[in-house]
Amino acid sequence: MIQVQTEEGVLSTFDRETLLSWYRQMILIRRVEEEAAAAYQRGHIGGFLHLYIGEEAVAVGALNALRPDDNVVVHYRDHGHALARGLPARAVMAELFGKATGCSRGKGGSMHLADATKRFWGGYAIVGGQMALAAGIALADQYAGHDRLTICFFGDGATNNGYFLESMNLAAVWKLPVIWVCENNAYGMGTAVERASAVTEIYRKACAYDTPAERINGQDVLEVYAAVRRAADYVRAGHGPYFVEAVTYRYRGHSMGDPERYRSKDEVEEWARQDPIERFKRFLIEEGVPLEILESIHAEVEEEVQDAVRFAAESPPPPAEALWEDVYANPPADDPFLLPPEVAALP
Amino acid sequence: MAEITYREAVRRALVEEMRRDERVFIMGEEVGVWGGTYAVTRGLLDEFGEKRVRDTPISELVIAGAAVGAAMNGLRPVAEIMTVNFALLSLDAIVNHAAKVHYMFGGQFHCPMVLRTTAGWGQLSATHSQTFENYFAHVPGLKVIMPGTPKDAYGLLKSAIRDPDPVVFIEHTHLYRVRGEVPDEEFTLPIGRSEIKRPGRDVTVVAYSRMLQEALRAADELAKEGIECEVVDIPTLRPLDLEPIIRSFQKTYRAVLATEQWLGYGLDAEIAAQIYEHAFDYLDAPIRRVTARPVPLPYSRELEQMALPGKEEIKQAVLDVLR
Repeated sequence: MIQVQTEEGVLSTFDRETLLSWYRQMILIRRVEEEAAAAYQRGHIGGFLHLYIGEEAVAVGALNALRPDDNVVVHYRDHGHALARGLPARAVMAELFGKATGCSRGKGGSMHLADATKRFWGGYAIVGGQMALAAGIALADQYAGHDRLTICFFGDGATNNGYFLESMNLAAVWKLPVIWVCENNAYGMGTAVERASAVTEIYRKACAYDTPAERINGQDVLEVYAAVRRAADYVRAGHGPYFVEAVTYRYRGHSMGDPERYRSKDEVEEWARQDPIERFKRFLIEEGVPLEILESIHAEVEEEVQDAVRFAAESPPPPAEALWEDVYANPPADDPFLLPPEVAALP
Repeated sequence: MAEITYREAVRRALVEEMRRDERVFIMGEEVGVWGGTYAVTRGLLDEFGEKRVRDTPISELVIAGAAVGAAMNGLRPVAEIMTVNFALLSLDAIVNHAAKVHYMFGGQFHCPMVLRTTAGWGQLSATHSQTFENYFAHVPGLKVIMPGTPKDAYGLLKSAIRDPDPVVFIEHTHLYRVRGEVPDEEFTLPIGRSEIKRPGRDVTVVAYSRMLQEALRAADELAKEGIECEVVDIPTLRPLDLEPIIRSFQKTYRAVLATEQWLGYGLDAEIAAQIYEHAFDYLDAPIRRVTARPVPLPYSRELEQMALPGKEEIKQAVLDVLR
């Protein structure tokens, strides 16, 4: 058993296996992202690819503080959250490859991973849009009398548009069971927080909605876990939403092909010295976890990631019929717009 | 069979569906305490309470977006946006979320929501008098309904609420007082069906919403002059039931398309293109379109009347295609 100390005292006691599973998730996320970047360079992944490298502690700390039946709603930098939620690396990688075996059957891609069976409601790619959906998902549970809560992730950039205001306000007015997690990674695409937001400590915006908020070190998985546990206790007790600003940093560009003119190499290196995985590794070693156990985790993850890449590469693309499937759940039989012209021809 | 107003028909559909299915709830601006800006939801708060008749802040984006989330997670939201002009503020939630969540996640989620809103005008000037059904009807994944009679409003709203897909349901403020026969026993009408509302042999007139009523009046008057219009109503704009339009055109060889949309890239243009594609050989005269003048609607009563289409323009267009 490992006791985790905070400034307030003992946070919690964990068995070693639990903490090692978090470590494993963080490694898995990083390795999946590195392999995704490589696959992108080889042309196996198209479109936009937003990597979560550097931010792993946020998703892992937060999602491990919740119940498996709580709802997760994410922005488009969603690979880490998907993996931390337990989506198989195979299903994630296959989706990046645009394959039929992907978690969204090759229809969504990097920005739209989802798994309904895990109440992982998906990654959304219109900045802030997922906040309104999260309010609605939480409303449905409140309405039905469930004690599930909804955690919604968004970036610092999302806090400057209308979705943020309207969703934060509605959630507070209706006391919806939502944990808002702002992943403040210092830039909205290439625009620094201080150039885009009148308030640079994002958590202060929550006071406009009378929502309790705190700002935490998003590079410390234990601190993230502790904050989201506090949030979950508050929200599940029926008090309404809670806001967590996790200060973090992405090492890679906004997406692949970002020239990164907006920041210096020194800055990236400075953040890399506070790497969330290294930090957690030091903690585990100090707590007496033998190095060889950590190394065996790395080896295991390596196998899983290589297997995922192989699986994605070998999987078939979606069949041609998939193009027309799922536009509607209840499709009209004779919609002239949904039929190829030769079929739509009337007698 | 009772003759009731369009407003009463919409209200009856809402009440019956809420009684039938606990998952159905209403959210929107002034739907509760006020009773609805157009008095459609009057009395619902008393019967169903605040949980199911939810007044919202003036936040069109989250009204629509939260409806998407609630629908995905098992409810049957009927979100009201006061007028379709304000629905522009909801557009992202409707187009990028409601219309997408089923397809983009490979069919894992459903979005059984209805977004009720209104078209209409009445010296409300430029930003409160528009009609944007084509914006929504353009989008794969959405269903768009714009009923022109109380019976259709009732039967189609009930179907919309039960449908597993997102439906944009546009009422017309000028129709709320229109009376029509609605059977007393409960029924639904299928989404995606066009209907010949008046048979005729000479000219096919395609219309919907308020312009359906104008077209029927025009047809009555023209009948006295011996001209028989076949009025085809398209209460569902997407999915479009094309067959009754084409069949009618293959009989009359002439068509007039009537809409309150501006001239230019409207619903009428799509219908015309479909007729050309499917029945080109039957064409005896160029298709005529009756539309609003493409100007922002002016306040002055005189100018406003000049800008909007109605019965007289339809009659003239029918005479033109017969010439």
